[in-house]
Amino acid sequence: MYTQALNTVDTASTVEDAEREAAFQGRIDAEEKIEPNDWMPEAYRKTLVRQISQHAHSEIVGMLPEGNWITRAPTLKRKAALLAKVQDEGGHGLYLYSAAETLGVSREELTEQLLSGKAKYSSIFNYPTLTWADIGAIGWLVDGAAIMNQIPLCRCSFGPYSRAMIRICKEESFHQRQGYELLLTMCRSSEEQKAMVQDALNRWWWPSLMMFGPSDKDSLHSAQSMAWKIKRFTNDELRQKFVDATVPQAHFLGLTIPDEDLKLNEETGHWEYGEIDWSEFARVLKGDGPCNRQRMKARRKAHAEGGWVREAALAYAEKRAARRAAKSAAA
Amino acid sequence: MKDQLFAYVLRLADDAAILGQRLGEWCGHAPTLEEDIGLANIGLDYIGQARALYTYAGEIEGKGRDEDQLCFLRHEREFSNCLLVEQPNGDFAETIAREFFFAAFMLPFWTRLKASRDETLAAIAAKAEKEAAYHLRHSAEWVIRLGDGTGESHERMQDAVEALWIYTGELFEVDDTLATLIADGIAVDPEPIRTEWRETVARVLSEATLAIPEEGYAQTGGRSGIHTEHFGHLLSEMQYMQRAYPGLKW
Repeated sequence: MYTQALNTVDTASTVEDAEREAAFQGRIDAEEKIEPNDWMPEAYRKTLVRQISQHAHSEIVGMLPEGNWITRAPTLKRKAALLAKVQDEGGHGLYLYSAAETLGVSREELTEQLLSGKAKYSSIFNYPTLTWADIGAIGWLVDGAAIMNQIPLCRCSFGPYSRAMIRICKEESFHQRQGYELLLTMCRSSEEQKAMVQDALNRWWWPSLMMFGPSDKDSLHSAQSMAWKIKRFTNDELRQKFVDATVPQAHFLGLTIPDEDLKLNEETGHWEYGEIDWSEFARVLKGDGPCNRQRMKARRKAHAEGGWVREAALAYAEKRAARRAAKSAAA
Repeated sequence: MKDQLFAYVLRLADDAAILGQRLGEWCGHAPTLEEDIGLANIGLDYIGQARALYTYAGEIEGKGRDEDQLCFLRHEREFSNCLLVEQPNGDFAETIAREFFFAAFMLPFWTRLKASRDETLAAIAAKAEKEAAYHLRHSAEWVIRLGDGTGESHERMQDAVEALWIYTGELFEVDDTLATLIADGIAVDPEPIRTEWRETVARVLSEATLAIPEEGYAQTGGRSGIHTEHFGHLLSEMQYMQRAYPGLKW
């Protein structure tokens, strides 16, 4: 579903080879794609592995809050749509792990990093889905924010990531429309449902804005990622685009954005929003969000309980290969 | 005849809806990412089948009930799915055994239903047949992998086969409703499928190095709404929204 905006970059400049690095930057400046077998600076590789794997982990953990409602979806059509959406997220996780693998890191290692708590995933998935309206709110706001982040990634300098993003963005924009349509249906059906939607917006609005990462003035490390064309817009630029796109959509639903300071600047045409509670963001990232513990527990449980299945599949594959080898040796 | 056809289509719809519901419980918790995707995919096939069948059942009944009213607003005793599909997911081996036993029946079932005199059922069968072929392949491959994998997986797979065996006989049950529709060329007679089902099961279990359970007592009752104790819990979760907020659009 989404990656937290990239905030940190390994301090580069253990200059391996100034000439190669200059040539590399030249290719990037010329908008050429970097492919897995091409030479690349170590810091570029590390940055990408971290970003792509964080993104993959976010897809996987992101299956949990929405999966919470699959068995309780109110209609068969909604159940099918939600199951398909969560399945798409699993698919995104799979492409992204594959894209990360092209950089020389295995899925097992990355999974281990997630389960040990070493790797991060998007803070948004540490919030609970309490009512059915939350499913619509995630589609509309969380996928909406993800799209703002990810559309520029379709032009990311690293080929496999950019190609994965093109496919993922198509699916995300479908999810976003689906989420919005779900909320529209509720808002038009009854006051009770509209109140449920407003409550969901109240709870998901600020965490959605936090998805873009720290404010530019506190995000010291994006310059290198911008130069490498891993990142094309700053956190605040993307956040502003999201707010500008989303506020009118909320008004169309007849909802109120939970921000007293929100106002349209007639001159710039931008919606100006109030101060984000960065202490909440920091706290959730650090592990003290409403659901951090439950999310990690669920992932560890699935991994532990599936251990015997993965071992069996491996043992069977080895037996079969041995049998084939024995057969062809005998022939 | 209309009543029997309604009852028959509803059975098929309930089978699909309930198994789809069970598979949806796995989403996000499967042993591998590939299986998370695979089980969701199979669950989606069943929900799709349920939607087509409930819609058709509603048309036959002619009382204006749609797919959701039939799925979310009937009570335990009105559901007529077989007992096999409502069994809890258990461990992955149990989910696979349930899927395998059911798909090994449904593939030849849909193939035959394509020849039904009822054109709507024949059309639904044509689509479902392709899906069932995949469900059977997916589950049979796992039965073999787990049966012939490690000591632990072998034991778990054997336990699962034995635990669910008692619910497989119901697939072949013929009551008056079914007998009438078979005679009329609308429904599929399950009896001739029995041999094919046994052959499939024997072939796969033997490749999986698993023992085939003895023929024994078959627990039935689902078709007349006598379910296992798990079922009420499944319904209370599945129907929660429609019960808590009646009459609204979602």
